[in-house]
Amino acid sequence: MATLPIARPRLARAQPGPRPRTLVSSSQLNLPRGKIIYRIVLTLVVVIFTLVFIGPLYFLFSDGLKSTTEAVQVPPTLIPAHVHPSTYVSAWSRVGLGRLLFNTLYYAFGALFFQLIFDVTAAYSLSKLRPAGGKLIFALMLATLMIPSTVLLVPQYITVANLPILHLNLIGSPAAIWLPSVANAFNIFLLKRFFDSVPQELLHAAAIDGASPLRTLRSVVLPISRPILAVVSIFALVAVWKDFLWPLLVEYGYNPSRETLNVGIYEAANTTPQNLVLAASAMAAVPTVIFFLVFQRNILSGLIAGSLKG
Amino acid sequence: MVAIARKADPAPHLGRSRAAASLGRKARRNVSAHGFLIGAVLCFFFFSWYPMYREVIMSFQKTQLGVTSWAGWANYIRIFHDPTFWVAWRNTLEFTVLALIVGYAVPFFVAILLNELRHAKGYLRCLVYLPVMLPPTSALLLFAYFYDPNYGLFNDILHTLHLPTSQWVQSPGTTIPSMAMISVVIAATWMNMGGATLIYLAALQNIPGELYEAAELDGAGLVKKIRHITIPQTRLILSMLLMLQIVATMQMFVEAFILTNGGAGVNNNTLSVVNLIYTYAFALSGASNYDSASALGVVLMLVLAIFSGTYLWLTRDRDHG
Repeated sequence: MATLPIARPRLARAQPGPRPRTLVSSSQLNLPRGKIIYRIVLTLVVVIFTLVFIGPLYFLFSDGLKSTTEAVQVPPTLIPAHVHPSTYVSAWSRVGLGRLLFNTLYYAFGALFFQLIFDVTAAYSLSKLRPAGGKLIFALMLATLMIPSTVLLVPQYITVANLPILHLNLIGSPAAIWLPSVANAFNIFLLKRFFDSVPQELLHAAAIDGASPLRTLRSVVLPISRPILAVVSIFALVAVWKDFLWPLLVEYGYNPSRETLNVGIYEAANTTPQNLVLAASAMAAVPTVIFFLVFQRNILSGLIAGSLKG
Repeated sequence: MVAIARKADPAPHLGRSRAAASLGRKARRNVSAHGFLIGAVLCFFFFSWYPMYREVIMSFQKTQLGVTSWAGWANYIRIFHDPTFWVAWRNTLEFTVLALIVGYAVPFFVAILLNELRHAKGYLRCLVYLPVMLPPTSALLLFAYFYDPNYGLFNDILHTLHLPTSQWVQSPGTTIPSMAMISVVIAATWMNMGGATLIYLAALQNIPGELYEAAELDGAGLVKKIRHITIPQTRLILSMLLMLQIVATMQMFVEAFILTNGGAGVNNNTLSVVNLIYTYAFALSGASNYDSASALGVVLMLVLAIFSGTYLWLTRDRDHG
């Protein structure tokens, strides 16, 4: 992917050209002593970081292969003495991972769908159509960034259980996860800032050709907004995938069969042998690890673009 | 926070058309513009704006046998008299301070280190961020397994090194800092430090190299360069992240909840404020107390608003600077 237009120019510039000057000068590093020290530091960093960050994952995956007694054996074995791939199979059926995975994917992609529809149209409207009162609405949306969602846990739960005016109860319905995810000021902010950078002339040209605002959005604005749509989509999926407390309340609390991966494995952990818990945790981690390896470029650049906003 | 470069009115050439037609067009444009907005606005209304209002209202109400009436400050007085309220705040502050000491300083120095390396950059960046992507349950159940006082890996390592072993998260102590809370902080830092590290890394790349060159001419060593150039040059990011991390860590819930199977720990020594809200509202069997939970929510909201307000003020400053 090309450099994200949402990243500020100063950020984007860091990549090409000669290596930017950092704390230690290149001339210092090119001295024989510098070279040796650099080699030592590099090796240490790579080894320590691999141990610290991959090491636990090694145990996550390998301890799931142990037998139930070996998993709780004292002292713990570093390499499974007897490999039991069947642990993964029984963990899958015992924890009901198929159902958990389906639920989580259903909630995640539903949330993504609603966020793309409502947040993109809203940001487009605020950026390009500029309705009366748009500035106020945008300010009110941004104000919600100041109130972290966990603080609103109880009133949000009560509201979802009985929506004002409509008197709908969404508890237990996937909409209890999908619709609140739309109220994401950060999405609106990122999208609106991107749309602001789309030249007005493009929209005029579309309008002269008789395109409606919806048509303009679909055929002109969206095709050039792919980078930001990727960022928003990735974060939408990851947010649902990682959420714990909200799905615990609105889905599991209603009916345990609607729980997500996080909640399901947590609930099963108390009554399941340790090796099965680890095997289930490992399998739950696989999709996110693959997802990360595939989209790491977008994820890392999106993270930086989002945090260095201003 | 948001510098909106207002462009000229998109249709200045309409000035000559008849006033009535222009008004009609404007009205139609507004209708379709609001049509595009309505979905998001409704979601914000139902799931953000209204709950905010509702939380404040509920904190001053009491509900008995289905009848709701005004309670004045009674809910607040009740939670202030609840000893677990103070325990939860003490724990949350303890977690925040510990998480900042570890989770704020470590990513900064890791970022400085990574920024100096000419090799394996992509690999190391991925490594640091990988745990952030894991489902929290997977990561935390793994740590609970490592922490197990009997068969856990951590005690085995300590044992091999002939060091005293520990009860880790199951430590009963309530002194500050308690071993139980330190264990929660270690797991939380491992899970979350990737984000901060990468943000620092991006900030470090914005420091003009000439500054370091100038400092070298003045004979500054490594430590001096970090103190007089790196830190001042990234001060804004450092303070922004400080506010963000305070807000994030004060909402600690899932880490202790999964590590200690319910979050309270031994003698409530890992009970956090959010966990107490959850306990008031949902976990006390048969006696869900939304009013107390709302009052506690308002208190937490006010405390966090101080920090997120500071954050907004800092980012606003950056726009003009």
